[in-house]
Amino acid sequence: MDTFIGILNYLVFFAITAGIYAVLCLGLNIQWGYTGLFNIGIAGFYAVGAYTSALLSGPPPGPLDWRIVGGFQLPWVVGLLGAIIASGIIAFFIGLLTLRLKEDYLAIATIGIAEVIRLILKNEGWLSNTVWGIKHIPSPLHKPIEAGVSSFLKGHPQLSPWLVHFISNAYNWFYLALVLVILGLLYWTSERSIRSPWGRVLKTIREDEAVAAVSGKNVFSFKLQSFVLGAMVMGMAGSLYAHYAKFIDASSFEPLYGTFFIWVMLIVGGSGNSKGAVLGAFVIWGIWAGTEFLTGHFALSGTQAGALRVIVVGVLLELTLLLRPQGILGEEKIVSKMFKK
Amino acid sequence: MSLGAFLALVSLTLLRGLGIPDSPFGPLSFGLPMMLAFFIALLLTALAAIVIDRILYLRLRRTGPIVLLIAAVGMSFCLRNIIQFIWGPQPQYYFKAIQITRKIPLLGIRIKPDEVFIIIVVALLVISLHFFLQKTKMGKAMRAASDNMELARVSGIDTEKVIMWTWAIAAALAAAGGILAGIEDKFITPDMGWQMLLPIFAAVILGGIGNPYGAMAGGMIIGLSGEISTAFISTAYKPAVAFIIMVIMLIIKPRGLFGTK
Repeated sequence: MDTFIGILNYLVFFAITAGIYAVLCLGLNIQWGYTGLFNIGIAGFYAVGAYTSALLSGPPPGPLDWRIVGGFQLPWVVGLLGAIIASGIIAFFIGLLTLRLKEDYLAIATIGIAEVIRLILKNEGWLSNTVWGIKHIPSPLHKPIEAGVSSFLKGHPQLSPWLVHFISNAYNWFYLALVLVILGLLYWTSERSIRSPWGRVLKTIREDEAVAAVSGKNVFSFKLQSFVLGAMVMGMAGSLYAHYAKFIDASSFEPLYGTFFIWVMLIVGGSGNSKGAVLGAFVIWGIWAGTEFLTGHFALSGTQAGALRVIVVGVLLELTLLLRPQGILGEEKIVSKMFKK
Repeated sequence: MSLGAFLALVSLTLLRGLGIPDSPFGPLSFGLPMMLAFFIALLLTALAAIVIDRILYLRLRRTGPIVLLIAAVGMSFCLRNIIQFIWGPQPQYYFKAIQITRKIPLLGIRIKPDEVFIIIVVALLVISLHFFLQKTKMGKAMRAASDNMELARVSGIDTEKVIMWTWAIAAALAAAGGILAGIEDKFITPDMGWQMLLPIFAAVILGGIGNPYGAMAGGMIIGLSGEISTAFISTAYKPAVAFIIMVIMLIIKPRGLFGTK
């Protein structure tokens, strides 16, 4: 029974991470799946969200910190909102510069801004404490829940060990619920908006910009809205990550984890489909976690195993593109309510 | 089809990593083995690019440029990790001896013999690329296909062959760049292509996408400004300098310094 609880606790941890990835996928789905905007700098928006949230609601710099700014100890919600706004502002300026140009420019600009953000976080001690990162980021409602759990356990000393094991993990269950609620809200909003006239304009732009322009739509403005909204969702994911991990540094936002995985997730799951985005996040993160157990059985060094797992994910992406380009679920054909009858 | 140049860059700056570890079969000193290794690596990388093109990109060509780009990014992650799987993430060395700079009498500057060699090789590559594009039949076909793929096909150009040649040349050039960087820096790593990606993009935008001469000039400007910037700000920001020049360029003249169209 105790092993079972151990596995269950691992699954909760797994689902929280996958859920955060699913939020990122929904953000990318708005940009790429709906509007066809090629953003290969997801990690940048993710990092901005995480750091903004950590600086707004994290503790002030400790004795060993290089940091000068930040640590305002504001409530978690303020951190989350700050993360959304900060990512949105950066996306707004990138979009303003590049969305009028051909699609290659957006790709280059996003990859560029992500690298610049990573370099800043790695080098500017006053802001990010460089490679030592920001520590002790508070998790929402962590103290009351932990206090409740420990007082409950004190009041019931006769509980069997596996139940204690289970209850001690209560905070992770709470965080999972929080991630899932946010994911659900985003999913619902995303599905609603793509079925709206606004969503149809985005899809038209994806298929043929000229048609959208001829129909009297301001293509640039719609693209900018989609890009900024997607980036805001990514910033939100960053905040969720920071408050769960409690510690962030620049290495959490490398292009591999921060950008490439999310692309693979969306494409394997099915771009243009919110269900696909969420499914892809769980499937790919499952494969990634699963291969970790597998490579443990072979005599491989840590870096070799890591490289092999990336190759597996990469091959999976290429196979999907070749054999099932629409992804596992593919895009649903959405018709206006007017025509359904 | 400016995207052709772009695509080649994305995957092949990373492919260059492949070109390099292909070569260290004993060039302990800078001699004949290294020269041979140089050509073998160029050939192998070109071959690898063609194989990848035949297996993967050929089947994706009809689906649109961005899907190809995604496939290329995925491929670059794969290749980089194959290299890492075999050689590990730590730097590899062509040779470990340190060269002393020598003074050139007339110019009054100090330079390493290796660096003279690099400059000569780059000049040779640039000149041969120029002649290839301007004088040979394949070079002309390539330029035609880049302007308008459909029109080139209608005029009887075998566009599949052109694409294969493009991959081969782009891969070989990327490999040459990687090897020369390895000679200059003394070491090579699996992610050296990634480190160079941003400056390379910036250079191409600066020169105007689809313009090889603009790309060369852009490369010189980006490279020089990156090195000069280290006198004023932290060396860690060398790639960021390239990016900032690129952003300024996008604001002032998005078509690039020598952009046509």
